[in-house]
Amino acid sequence: MISAFIKRVLYHIDGFLMGCLLLGMLVGLCVLYSASGQSLERVGAQMANMAAALAVMWVAANIAPQILERFALPLYILGVLLLLGVFLFGGISHGARRWLNLGIVTIQPSELMKIAMPMLLAWYFAKREASLRMSDYAIAALLLLIPVGFILKQPDLGTSLLIAASGFYVLFLAGLSLRLILGAGVLIGASAPILWSHLHDYQQRRIQILFDPSQDPLGAGYHTIQATIALGSGGVAGKGWLHGTQAQLDFLPERTTDFIFAVFGEEFGLLGNLLLLLLFSLIIGRGLVIAAQAQNTFNRLLAGSITLTFSTYVFVNIGMVSGILPVVGVPLPLISYGGTSLVTLMLGFGILMSIHTNKKLVTA
Amino acid sequence: MSFSPPVIIKLPIWRRRTLLIVVLLGFCVLLGRGIYLQGIHKEFLQKKGEARYSRELKLPANRGIITDRNGELLAISTPVESIWASPPDVVASPNQLNALAKLLQIEPAVVVKKLTKKNHEFVYVKRRIPPELAAQVMHLGIPGVFMQREYRRYYPAGEMAAHVVGFTGVDDKGQEGIELVFQNWLAGKAGERHVIKDRQGHIVEDLVAVNVPQDGKDVTLSMDRNIQYLAYRELALAVTQFKAKAGAAVMLDAKTGEVLAMVNLPTYNPNNPVNINVNGRSRNRTIVDTFEPGSTLKPITAAAALESGNFKPDTLIQTAPGYLRVGTATIHDTHPQGLITVAQVIQKSSNVGASKMALTLDRQFFWGVFNQLGLGTPTHIGFPGEASGRLRPYKIWRPIEQATMSFGHGISLTLLQLARAYTVFANDGELRPLSLLKLNEIPLGHQVFSAETAHQVKDMLEMVVLPGGTALKAQIMGYRVAGKTGTAHKLDVGGYQKNRYVSSFVGMAPASNPRLILAVMIDEPSSGEYYGGTVAAPVFSKVMEGALRMLAIPQDAPNDNVVIPAQGAPEGEPEEAPEVKDAPAGKSVKEVQEST
Repeated sequence: MISAFIKRVLYHIDGFLMGCLLLGMLVGLCVLYSASGQSLERVGAQMANMAAALAVMWVAANIAPQILERFALPLYILGVLLLLGVFLFGGISHGARRWLNLGIVTIQPSELMKIAMPMLLAWYFAKREASLRMSDYAIAALLLLIPVGFILKQPDLGTSLLIAASGFYVLFLAGLSLRLILGAGVLIGASAPILWSHLHDYQQRRIQILFDPSQDPLGAGYHTIQATIALGSGGVAGKGWLHGTQAQLDFLPERTTDFIFAVFGEEFGLLGNLLLLLLFSLIIGRGLVIAAQAQNTFNRLLAGSITLTFSTYVFVNIGMVSGILPVVGVPLPLISYGGTSLVTLMLGFGILMSIHTNKKLVTA
Repeated sequence: MSFSPPVIIKLPIWRRRTLLIVVLLGFCVLLGRGIYLQGIHKEFLQKKGEARYSRELKLPANRGIITDRNGELLAISTPVESIWASPPDVVASPNQLNALAKLLQIEPAVVVKKLTKKNHEFVYVKRRIPPELAAQVMHLGIPGVFMQREYRRYYPAGEMAAHVVGFTGVDDKGQEGIELVFQNWLAGKAGERHVIKDRQGHIVEDLVAVNVPQDGKDVTLSMDRNIQYLAYRELALAVTQFKAKAGAAVMLDAKTGEVLAMVNLPTYNPNNPVNINVNGRSRNRTIVDTFEPGSTLKPITAAAALESGNFKPDTLIQTAPGYLRVGTATIHDTHPQGLITVAQVIQKSSNVGASKMALTLDRQFFWGVFNQLGLGTPTHIGFPGEASGRLRPYKIWRPIEQATMSFGHGISLTLLQLARAYTVFANDGELRPLSLLKLNEIPLGHQVFSAETAHQVKDMLEMVVLPGGTALKAQIMGYRVAGKTGTAHKLDVGGYQKNRYVSSFVGMAPASNPRLILAVMIDEPSSGEYYGGTVAAPVFSKVMEGALRMLAIPQDAPNDNVVIPAQGAPEGEPEEAPEVKDAPAGKSVKEVQEST
């Protein structure tokens, strides 16, 4: 009776994926405990975030993809409106206009876009797939560029690029011709100098410093230098949990959020690094399997995009912390402290699970 | 559930593979970077990381104090604080910054400028401020502002003892004087702490046991601060009164050889040693500068003559007609004396008489006397830059040189050497080594003259300050004084200078059993007076009298012993400069007073 109930509750939960996610979150809590200077308060807050995120995931997993498909367009429109609201009335924090105060809660509409964007494009291509034309890609690209432009203007280069990436994955999976991709690549390459001049000073600086962090060792290069030092200090085996010096002694900035991987790397070393990448690979692999087995275009495009976006997060964050990518504000999935991004992430995984279990339903 | 059957866009297999490869490639890049940072490059990064938290802290040792023989402070280290900041960590409101600027008496704009050097990790806001003020600054509680303890050397005796005590530099290292000589003794050994510090500079833990600093040891000088001050005051008065270029004085404890006072003018303020090389202000002339002493060397000639057995104090010497030809040169007395005794040669300061005695002496013997008295060799008193003076080897002496040396020309020495040579007359013919440090027992001396000779010469020296002598102004009420004046032409480029003199007086008291020896030298008095008996003897009298009374040394004469010379009576002594045509000393003796 009880077991039947549990079975029903967990029906839409993908066991393998769930296991990997929980493992990742557990690792995240451990690293957070160390990175926060053994603050149980911080860990508790993050556990609350996780509970909320898991709840969101569960709900998403229980919503059939067909229903999601119906919400794709309204969600996208809402997202764009909210971004417009941010653009006009948004609260400024750390020099960027990202938050919108709705009286009860402050929300970050760009987070919503991370899901709404691939949903919309997946919906669009699913709708148009019978009569797909070149112009559809152009329209899709336009739909993609509107929110990306808003977010870029906030300014939030990292998020806008990630959303652009999530949309691009849909385009790619929907069969955007290779020639076009190459052409766009050439176009972007050619317009790079113009884009460069449109970047904010601090964004230009971050990219310059990527190539030579010692240019500004106490300023913008400080993050990168401290992070690589922390990673290198860990060596192969790591200094052990709670024994990382750079984080414990406060030398590492943003060590519970965007730079938490440096703490992890110092304490668990190259071996920990390898295991964490393996865990992420398993999650991505599972996501790709789900995408491949998806039964309709919308599902497949959405699942593929969510999975690839996740791997992009991992790549960008670890790349940034280990100094091969510029410093853009991208958290490490599952590990970094913070509620909003975790909720968005788990929402995505919930959708993946829903896609997977509904395939079973359909075929059943 | 009624859905339309799924329609699937055909996804070419290569797209899936491309995606997979791209993702795997990305992860390989991350892994490669990890291997580079954590495997290959790790030692460099680990060192860098260690440099960020591992700190060697110097624990400064207290520098020892320097006191005089009675424990009066001459040099002491007082703690001061330096305020510094780590600009990246500074978080301060404008009010706090204003308060900080006001406390430190710096322009607020300057403070802001210093604290906003965000690419610096360390800036001094203000150095060396009193601890109370520093405490007020720290009370402002501005994050990123710290204080650091330092020590500042303070010299209570200031300029009057500057040449002996010396001073330390910014790094607390001795630069001059005792501070320099006893650097290692005074400095102690700094301790160390190897600690882990967090970014705010808080010490988190000690890595190894604390190496406790060892405080420096103290130095007790032989100097008596009160006598030093007296000597300084009187010398300064004389230098001013006679418009002299410089002056120096040394007082010795006649029995122990301890230096009780050692003063020099001009001087400088060791608490703020700037421009110390102007006019040789930092020179301890008593030790580092040599001069031709003139007649103050005659008692040594007399003693040597007595020791030779050819002379007794009452042996008559013909000094008429007031000059003596030696080879091609002529030696003059300004006031011809006629037939006088050895004792009168000293009392009247006759150059001819001294020369005649000297010329009877074997030159090796005469040289030996000078040498045993320590002329031409350093005193080894332990002071930087000590001069040894010049005593030429007897083998190259010519008769004229042997004659002029008898009255202190053609030979150079320091004032300290001169004072030490006089210890033989105070100690029954025994020469005492000198010391700048307080001694607990009388050091061993060595016999240069017989006790009899020493007593006889001391008796002659007593006559110098009595009527008929050259230094009535050296008398002291209630004490018998023995001493000798000196008035020498200065030797410079081109030989002896007609109008430039060194006036000196060396003497001891109480004459019945000398306890103190004082040598005074006034360089280039230019007010018109230049006789040692007029310029240097009064300084001797005042300083010696004061010292005798301070040390409560029993009187050896009635209170009415002082003889006031009759009005208009010729005072002073004859001019002593040798009129030596071929000026042998000019070639052999270096410039007298100081190298410029």
